Amino acid sequence: MAVSGSARPQRQAATTQFAERLYRRRRLSNAIALTLSCAAAAFGLIFLFWILWTTVSKGIGGISWALFTQPTPPPMAEGGGLGNAFFGSMVMCVLAIVIGTPLGIAAGTWLSEYAGARKLGTVVRFVNDILLSAPSIVLGLFVYTLVVAQMGGSFSALAGALALAFIVLPVVVRTTDEMLRLVPTQMREAALSLGVPQWKVITQVLYRGASAGIVTGVLLALARISGETAPLLFTAFGNQYWSTDLMRPMASVPVVMYQYAGSPYESWQLLAWSGALVLTTFVLLISLAARALLLRNRVPND
Amino acid sequence: MAHALATTPVRSRKDRRNDALFQYLLAGAAILVLIALTGAALSMLWGGREALLSQGWTFFFSTEWNPVENRYGALVPIYGTLVTALLALLLAVPVSFGIAFFLTEVAPVWLRGPIGTAVELLAGIPSIIYGMWGLFVLVPMMTEYVTPWLNDTLGSLPVIGVMFQGPPLGIGYLTAGFVLAIMVIPFICSIMREVFLTVPNRLKESAYALGCTRWEVVKDIVLPYTRTAVVGGIFLGLGRALGETMAVAFVIGNTVRFSPSLLEPGTTIAALIANDFAEATDTYRSALLLLGFVLFIVTFFVLAIARLMLSRIARKEGN
Repeated sequence: MAVSGSARPQRQAATTQFAERLYRRRRLSNAIALTLSCAAAAFGLIFLFWILWTTVSKGIGGISWALFTQPTPPPMAEGGGLGNAFFGSMVMCVLAIVIGTPLGIAAGTWLSEYAGARKLGTVVRFVNDILLSAPSIVLGLFVYTLVVAQMGGSFSALAGALALAFIVLPVVVRTTDEMLRLVPTQMREAALSLGVPQWKVITQVLYRGASAGIVTGVLLALARISGETAPLLFTAFGNQYWSTDLMRPMASVPVVMYQYAGSPYESWQLLAWSGALVLTTFVLLISLAARALLLRNRVPND
Repeated sequence: MAHALATTPVRSRKDRRNDALFQYLLAGAAILVLIALTGAALSMLWGGREALLSQGWTFFFSTEWNPVENRYGALVPIYGTLVTALLALLLAVPVSFGIAFFLTEVAPVWLRGPIGTAVELLAGIPSIIYGMWGLFVLVPMMTEYVTPWLNDTLGSLPVIGVMFQGPPLGIGYLTAGFVLAIMVIPFICSIMREVFLTVPNRLKESAYALGCTRWEVVKDIVLPYTRTAVVGGIFLGLGRALGETMAVAFVIGNTVRFSPSLLEPGTTIAALIANDFAEATDTYRSALLLLGFVLFIVTFFVLAIARLMLSRIARKEGN
């Protein structure tokens, strides 16, 4: 009532002005945030393509048949390839998968089918999650003290494979656990009601239902270990020559890349980049295959 | 009929025995996961006992790292590990948040899938490739442009200036931090994106209906709802950055010498172990194992915090 006739429109004008300013400020901060977020996305993509482009442009010149057949050359020498390193990487990765997968599937099955609400189950799941992102160099040191030091300090391909298996293990445990829990309970109940013992339900019903997911987990683990360098440095070490002996040091692509990329010799650097190109292609193809496998078999549950 | 009745108990007994056997087998494998982690910790502590006994607590507080005279003070690698990881987070957290914001609210729907995939592929590239890229591409650029520029601008400031003065070597803490940032962006970003997607649509849509802008929805609805999980994701990235070896080993310079400048070469725990372990002899090897133990304990706590925070949002989700 105290407001006089002339003050009212004035105040109204002030309010509108205030609202206008507020509106403009909100629009402005929104526009700034959107621009920054687009810039962040562009930043991420630029670096992805930059890294891929560097790998391709520097590595493509070294891709040849000899890269896969010839052993690693001495410095300054012409020719040579990464044959023994590819072979060694393959042997150790396959061995790591062979060791890690059954153990991982078994532990993952226990977590999803038997652990229930047990405390031990929670602890194992927690520890597994930590192991999943633990620094790989730590696992290398573990295998070093566990195997290499016990065998009188002799590096071996077996120790390298074991170190990689410790990286495979948590990945497979996690995916097996998750994928088995996605299998509908009705399938378990239907099988159990027919009088099928639990272990047969798991191996013959649940594993079939979850097979695509478990294979995805193994593929992701393979993608991860094929580029692992740190744990191999003091387990499998490296070897200039062809070696098929599991108890001896063995070459691997990432370790050779580490040695060669840091060297001053151009021929070695070229080999390192060619190895990087092959490795990246391999890893990206495997990751894409794993994603495709998972997407194709995804159960629409909502 | 009589025959069937007679065989049933035998069969069920066999089934029960097989079931029990199967369960023990699986439980054994699960226990192995526990053993792996504790074994890793204990074996490094055991391997490092020699260094711990001879150096005592000075191991953690001395900056003198002298393998020739058997004196080991781990402060420099510990400092390097923390500094590079923090530098990485300083860059990676805002960028990851920006990308996650972009992928959940800003980008048109058809673009979200491909860009999300691309970012996740970036996470799959082996860390040694980042290291090589850092050494061959980033280091020359740092030498040529960034280091002189930093020297001229930030280097002349009073207090923080000393952090940005240094020779144009290109290698050092800053370069390592940058490479690490590029490496952890995909990790942090994909977790942020995942947790942003758990925000119930009706909350966001209510806010939009009230006239909120996209930024306001993210700032006032999405972030408060997911705060703990976002911090958990950041800690997960920190765990990665602390323990990363190959990407750092190429660009850090591997010098165990304390320097306040971010442009000087230094070292981190992981890089030092990777470089020296294979050639090290007894006490030196023991000191490196003890360093590995320190790294393990630090990452263990960081990752444990991360997981606890992430599990809280999973509970909110109801699974």
